[in-house]
Amino acid sequence: MPDMGADQTTSGTRAPPAVGGLIESILKLARSQFKEFVRSRRFAFVIGAVLFVGAIETIVIGYYRPASVISNPVTFYSGGWGGPIAELALFAAVIFGGDAIAGEFQNKTGYFLMSLPLRRSAIYAGKYLAALVASLTVISLYLLVLVLNGIFYFGTRAFPWQLGASFGISLVYLLAVLSAAFFFSSLFKTATYAVLVVAVLFIIGFPIIQAWVTDLARVEPWFIISYASPVLGDIFLSPYPPHTQTMVVHGSITSVTLTVTTYTPTVVEGLAIMLGYFILTTAAGLLLFGREEFT
Amino acid sequence: MATPSIEIAGLTKRFGKFVALDHLDLDLEGSICVGFLGPNGAGKTTALKMATDMIFPSEGHVLINGVAVRGSRERALASCGVLIESPEIYPSLSPREALSMVADIRGIPVGQRRSRVDEALEEVKMTEWADKKTGKFSKGMKQRINLAAALVHDPEVLILDEPATGLDPRGMAEVRDIIRNLKRRSRLVFMSSHILQEVTDVCDQVALINHGRLLFYDTLSNVLSNFSKGHASVDAVFSTPVGARASEVAALQGVERVEPLDPARLRIHFGGGLEAQRRILKGLVGLDLDVVSFKESGTSLEDIYLEQVTRGDA
Repeated sequence: MPDMGADQTTSGTRAPPAVGGLIESILKLARSQFKEFVRSRRFAFVIGAVLFVGAIETIVIGYYRPASVISNPVTFYSGGWGGPIAELALFAAVIFGGDAIAGEFQNKTGYFLMSLPLRRSAIYAGKYLAALVASLTVISLYLLVLVLNGIFYFGTRAFPWQLGASFGISLVYLLAVLSAAFFFSSLFKTATYAVLVVAVLFIIGFPIIQAWVTDLARVEPWFIISYASPVLGDIFLSPYPPHTQTMVVHGSITSVTLTVTTYTPTVVEGLAIMLGYFILTTAAGLLLFGREEFT
Repeated sequence: MATPSIEIAGLTKRFGKFVALDHLDLDLEGSICVGFLGPNGAGKTTALKMATDMIFPSEGHVLINGVAVRGSRERALASCGVLIESPEIYPSLSPREALSMVADIRGIPVGQRRSRVDEALEEVKMTEWADKKTGKFSKGMKQRINLAAALVHDPEVLILDEPATGLDPRGMAEVRDIIRNLKRRSRLVFMSSHILQEVTDVCDQVALINHGRLLFYDTLSNVLSNFSKGHASVDAVFSTPVGARASEVAALQGVERVEPLDPARLRIHFGGGLEAQRRILKGLVGLDLDVVSFKESGTSLEDIYLEQVTRGDA
């Protein structure tokens, strides 16, 4: 320590304001991040897209009144919810989670957060929670449009139990795909790359790998997240599809006989895959972000 | 009771084989402002980032008020205001909202939050922009908000990486005023800067690094006297052109040479420290030259900086 050339007072250090625990920090950060989401163009775009799709759905069903859709509530909600919900959850996860971490590096907003007395895990979890709430808002809006249509056709007491179950499973699926999006986002420092990789992987990559695993390796693809998503729609089917189906296909031209096995995840298996992805990618993402340097 | 402190011990950062910072030791304590100097790539920002847990040391550690930054960042940074790398603020937030978020996370009670935010905005002269979105702010305006974010919780320790970056001359002067005010309030300020005049104006101590190594760390007055080897200069400004009377100035006791800067301004090089400086001022008054200004030449630290950095590069 050099000599003190300037005046030095020896006031004691004051206790800084109490920053709060981990959960409190996560909630505080999530609140501000959600506010940022709500005001962003992307949020307006996604909300607009959902309302647009909902409006088209309402008009088309209202105009054509297809019997296959409006014959009973189960088929109505199976088509309107069980079919598109996996894609909607994925879309929301990519939009709100794809650049969540990478964007902090690219846009230099991360330096703002990193100057605050927050654990890195609190930053990661706070951003995750905000993205989750934003995604849930979008999904809930879609459900609201669908339910209003359902009430119009079937009244207020015609909600099949499968809709509730599928909604519950969709929350688990959203947790999983959002965690995976955050994990991949943690691998990059450029937001565009992160969003592209997440989108391509989920929309093209996983389905292709799933097809290879099933058709070429003839193994049940229980380790691929996209394999779990049909549960969201299959739960509306009665009876529930069998876990495995083996068909013998005989080619009339090539005279080749093939044995094809198709796999359908059970509800429990689907949930286990989703939870597995949620836990593993969250742990991996936290680990990555914990070691990420703001160079 | 302890005074505000930053302890940097053996701090080293390697990126592969490149050593960005090499065993930096600094022990800062008290209500002082320490200027952290060095050329681009010297390792200043690397050191400050390690001091705030943005990057991780290869060796060594940093303690803020006795709390290890690595491993306890939330406790270490609780009493610390940080401004590193001119961060971007979330564009949809107004300065008031951004600072309220910072105040909220920093645990400032709801009842005090608004007044603290207002005070911080007032301090950086951004009150009239308080409710506009930051997305379209200029770099200088964003830097003011970043500075306000570092000040909003009235921290004991401030770590600032080139705080005047992007600011206009008035903004730079205001930053200097803020730092002087912080010192008066018994705060410890550790700031990197390329603006040597700024450092000379507000800092009590200076640390110079180059190629990741500490060249010196001492009080500003010691640096100026030790490295100038007893030689210094002052700039004297007169109300009228000095003309031939410059030779009378050159003849004053202790004056080594006189350098005309313009007809009414002389740079007087002398030896003998403050006592000689006092004698020269008295001599100028005695010559009845109508001195309107007499102050240390601002280039002293710059000369030392350039000499030390050049020597290190050789």
